[in-house]
Amino acid sequence: MKKRANPILMAVIYITCIILTILSIYPFLVMFVNATRNSAQVQSNPISLIPSKYLFYNLKVFEGKSFDPMKGLMNSFVISASSTILTIYFSTLTAFAIVAYNWKLRNAFYTFILAVMMLPAQVTAIGFYQLMYKLGLTNNLLALILPAIAAPATVFFMRQFMIPALPMEIVQSARVDGAGEFRTFNQIVLPIMKPAMATQAIFSFVASWNNLFMPSILLTDTDKYTMPVMVSLLKGDIYKTEFGTVYLGLAITVLPLFIIYFLLSKYIIAGVALGGVKG
Amino acid sequence: MKRKKGVSYAKYGYIFVIPFVIAYLLFTLYPTIYTCILGFTNCKGLSLTNWKFLEEDVFQNFKAILENETFKNDIKNTVIIWVLNFIPQISLALLLTAWFTSPRCKIRGAGFFKVMFYMPNIITAATVAYLFNMLFSYPVGPVNDILLKAGILDEAYQFTAYKGWGKGIVAFIQFWQWYGQTAIIFIAAVLGINPEIFEAAEIDGASSAQTFFRITLPNIKTMMLYTLITAMIGGLNMYDIPKMFLNGGPDKATETAAVFIYNQAFSGAYQYNRAAAASMLMFVVIVILSTIVFYLMRDKDAVEQKKLERQLQKQLKKSRA
Repeated sequence: MKKRANPILMAVIYITCIILTILSIYPFLVMFVNATRNSAQVQSNPISLIPSKYLFYNLKVFEGKSFDPMKGLMNSFVISASSTILTIYFSTLTAFAIVAYNWKLRNAFYTFILAVMMLPAQVTAIGFYQLMYKLGLTNNLLALILPAIAAPATVFFMRQFMIPALPMEIVQSARVDGAGEFRTFNQIVLPIMKPAMATQAIFSFVASWNNLFMPSILLTDTDKYTMPVMVSLLKGDIYKTEFGTVYLGLAITVLPLFIIYFLLSKYIIAGVALGGVKG
Repeated sequence: MKRKKGVSYAKYGYIFVIPFVIAYLLFTLYPTIYTCILGFTNCKGLSLTNWKFLEEDVFQNFKAILENETFKNDIKNTVIIWVLNFIPQISLALLLTAWFTSPRCKIRGAGFFKVMFYMPNIITAATVAYLFNMLFSYPVGPVNDILLKAGILDEAYQFTAYKGWGKGIVAFIQFWQWYGQTAIIFIAAVLGINPEIFEAAEIDGASSAQTFFRITLPNIKTMMLYTLITAMIGGLNMYDIPKMFLNGGPDKATETAAVFIYNQAFSGAYQYNRAAAASMLMFVVIVILSTIVFYLMRDKDAVEQKKLERQLQKQLKKSRA
């Protein structure tokens, strides 16, 4: 029989959890509500949670300015979606090579993946920038997409998922049926790996969307800016008096993330519990 | 686990890792070596391709960086902000872990709370940092407004003008974004502990506190070390929040090492050689830290492998008998 919890302790737990929940939501609530209010309203009562009718007015302020929400969303979306597809596909392929084949350098290769998966891109950014400059790829979205092919951390997680999920008998029976190895991968391994791929895809997309450092050194042309880089444009003088517009700009940069989060939070939390990599 | 030896198939192992290897060599390994080399050159200014190795003193850039007052200040800031964020972060995460895994407290809506605690983590740090800048705006802003209405302040306070508050707020944002993640990882680790151990403790009459400190904590030690080291690596690279909150201000109080590297290379001076030298110093520290993580992960893997091998041998013995 289990002892029951102390009611005072339970009250403390719930109060703490509720305070933390408010702390998580409140700043974003202020952001979304103030995005619909005009400057005077934001100034007179900055914490009101009643939306107003100035959403379209605030949106109009962006017209003809460097903060172009549509362009930012497009750039961010193209980069995040393409790099996610590349990361997921090639990481699964690389994991398949490690799991399914017995090649001489396999263990050495896997050890290498483990060794480098923690190294952040930032510390080598100077060399990366110079390389991209030489290749003429600064201000080119490809410079932010192609490196996604090699994602050691994702390979590591894909391998962890693949070992229990993919019985080698399946691969062997595909061989007996005369399927080529590459076809086996595309038609048999990929469908089996779908759940793992979906989880990793969410994290990969979000990480790519949120990336600030690399885009901010590679992109100098405001037409190519991604959403996080565009945030700095909101600091410009034009917005010094348009508080509602600044809040709206901030809200737009993260709106897709809120949609993803509230649709997929169950899978995201499960994915984090499996051991996410800290950024 | 031993997979079937497919000698004729081994070549596919090599073929399938080609894209990864090429992308890694080109986009990561080459830039790493290149950054290292640039640290020993006179590469600066806008002519990016025209540089020479330093002749008089090859370590000149490294020495200059180590003597640079701003760099020293920024390293200090990075450490202070990291500690201010990490100690409350791990404390709160452990407290939540104790609560959420205690068999005596059934928390309703535990799933909902986890979703809420994790939410700030997924939202762009750049946006969050600038949002906090807006929240702390002076003289009229949400935080000032709340404090005035609650009677805590008599008149609006310009938080962002004070060094201590600047550091504190950056540390708070970092804490606020990461405690949920840490808690969820810890909770999962605790749920992974063999429940029989807890049952045995209960039969022996251990109190909740005893169970937590004597059983739960020692069993998630590896996970805690992993979290500590990955958080240190993340902390060393802290860029988005200090950059976007007050651009390293006020008076460089929130400027971190990563912001320093950016400023050396990409704003004003274009001192790529100095920035590269600073990057390499950070790189060395991170390599040391990730070596520790590497051994942690490898050991865990090796243990699992041994377990499987033992099971296999047992089965073999059984089938022979």
